[in-house]
Amino acid sequence: MSKDVKGTYLAQSAAAKAASEGAVSDADEGRSQEASAQAAPAKSQRKGSRTKMVPVPSTSIVPERDADKDPVLECRHLGIDFGGLRAVDDFNMMIGRTEIAGLIGPNGAGKTTVFNLLTKVYQPTRGTILLDGVDTAGMDTAKVSKAGIARTFQNIRLFGSLTVEENVRIGLHNQVKCGMWSGMLRLPRHWVSEKEFHDRSLELLDVFHMANNAGDVAGSLPYGAQRRLEIVRALATNPKLLLLDEPAAGMNPSETAELMDTIVRIRDTFNIAILLIEHDMDLVMGICEGIAVLNFGKIIAKGTPDDIQNNPQVIEAYLGKQDTDQGGE
Amino acid sequence: MLKNLNKTTRSNIITYGIVIVAFVVMQGLAMAGAISNSLVGLLVPICAYICLTISLNLVVGISGELSLGHAGFMSVGAFCGLVVAACCRGIVGSDIVRLTIAILAAGAMAAVAGVIIGLPVMRLRGDYLAIVTLAFGEIIKNLLNNLYVGKDASGLHFSMESANSLGMQGGTILINGPQGATGIDKLSTFASGFVLILVTLTVVLNLINSRTGRAIMAVRDNRIAAESVGINVTKYRLIAFVVSAALAGMAGALYAMNYSSIVPKKFDFNTSILILVFVVLGGMGNIRGGIVSAALLTVLPELLRFIGDYRMLIYAIVLILVMILSNNAAFQSRLTSLREKVRRRSDDQAALAVDSQSGGASHE
Repeated sequence: MSKDVKGTYLAQSAAAKAASEGAVSDADEGRSQEASAQAAPAKSQRKGSRTKMVPVPSTSIVPERDADKDPVLECRHLGIDFGGLRAVDDFNMMIGRTEIAGLIGPNGAGKTTVFNLLTKVYQPTRGTILLDGVDTAGMDTAKVSKAGIARTFQNIRLFGSLTVEENVRIGLHNQVKCGMWSGMLRLPRHWVSEKEFHDRSLELLDVFHMANNAGDVAGSLPYGAQRRLEIVRALATNPKLLLLDEPAAGMNPSETAELMDTIVRIRDTFNIAILLIEHDMDLVMGICEGIAVLNFGKIIAKGTPDDIQNNPQVIEAYLGKQDTDQGGE
Repeated sequence: MLKNLNKTTRSNIITYGIVIVAFVVMQGLAMAGAISNSLVGLLVPICAYICLTISLNLVVGISGELSLGHAGFMSVGAFCGLVVAACCRGIVGSDIVRLTIAILAAGAMAAVAGVIIGLPVMRLRGDYLAIVTLAFGEIIKNLLNNLYVGKDASGLHFSMESANSLGMQGGTILINGPQGATGIDKLSTFASGFVLILVTLTVVLNLINSRTGRAIMAVRDNRIAAESVGINVTKYRLIAFVVSAALAGMAGALYAMNYSSIVPKKFDFNTSILILVFVVLGGMGNIRGGIVSAALLTVLPELLRFIGDYRMLIYAIVLILVMILSNNAAFQSRLTSLREKVRRRSDDQAALAVDSQSGGASHE
């Protein structure tokens, strides 16, 4: 029910600008669907009297507690083409400071592509990504990580030959500084930073009860522990937004239930926003506050878990078209 | 006491220990005259090859890139070291100080070459990187083949054409194009080689076990994950490449100053491959293994001299056997079980010994 303040403001200003100029500027077109719908009549009546403009709700939602703060992430018309294929198109999303958001959709809908766009593994063909109000255009993956986006991977990508603690220490790379010469010549700075690396990595591992495994080789851990370690490593980069790509994949129901608690605990402990891709609907409907549904690279629905569960377009995307009465368009 | 330290520290101490013990033993044997003259002549080259193997291991084993141009950096260091040593001839009296200055200058020059080559090369990966480093190694060799350096009263003269175009008034020609350098002061000694090994070993082991080294290994293990935690991939690949080049240059200077004359052709593709063979045989990323394999494989042809023409055949067979056995799972598991058995037996004996001394001090 809570409306996104900033989105509304943008839609309003776009509409106001269109009205004052008497024409719709291309740049403003589609800032929100409502805005352009509103502006369309203005165009047809450009020679007549001034049109009365009214504020419209934007398509974005954030939790009420985050409504008065800037959103941590805002995507505007994000899109990428692979050759002729529009893998993601017109992706608009806003995530509140402490929101747990979900991104769901059938296989091949483009969910992981969105993650790769947000972390700049792919450079977007179109659109803007604002992280905490800062445009990430021109940044590479490493810079985006420094700016505050951390992620895990669908197919686990740990530093397999290194130990659990070393994996977390690498996550802390930009948090604890120590130059090449200090390390090579074992200057005092090296010992100070190594101590800090050790203490902070054990502290982080302790949150997930993995401190006892600190000396184990990461590649030899059981599957669930590897997934947890990836989350710890991502948290070590001190992110504002954590992207989890199918965190519950391959987990049994009790492990999934534990994971749900963990995700909520991460949000509460670190006070960050989390965006997760997941196929396990118990998890998504259980902990996500806002959900976006992606199909064929486009958002087909956004809303609370209840909205999504009852949305006919979503049901159609997952289960196919139903007969007669409830069917599609 | 060793048991109290963590695993990497313990392993590093063992590596240093092996090097120090080997030096003491070889020095003792050489002084007692127990080893042949030809083997004594090999001591400095062995030290140089060990340094080269350790440094190449930083690129191939730790950074995970295949570089086939290591001899190129070695030659840059070798010829730079020669020129610097010749320039210091009248100025610095002590041989050791002169050698140190020459080796440091060689390292710096090779590092510069490493940066110049590394910047374009680090855009590439895998096979492409290997081919381009191979090409750069050859380019360096050919540049040195056409380099003429002379020294007279007015200073140093450089030319890329011929010895005549140097415009020398008296003085000496230090590097004479394809004929290389002659009249080198033989400054290198086994002791200086040993010190250079320790320096190389310290630099590489310290680097590996630091923030920078972890970043390098992270890039090797998973580039995308390393980027996603904010590691600048190009920067850390370049650091490994340049440090390795600098260390190779230092080893090259040591190597060159063991001979009275040296030609650029010595540092060709075959030398690069030879160093790579040492690294691969010792185990990629295994510093200690590289040291052992470099020493043994340099000595082996000399030890096999008594069987004459067959020695290269035996050398090849040894190479093949080591490669096969080190990659054979069945052989590995048999070796492990054998080791376990030996350990158990020695434990039993230790226990017996403790039992027999009733009331003896408690052992760990």
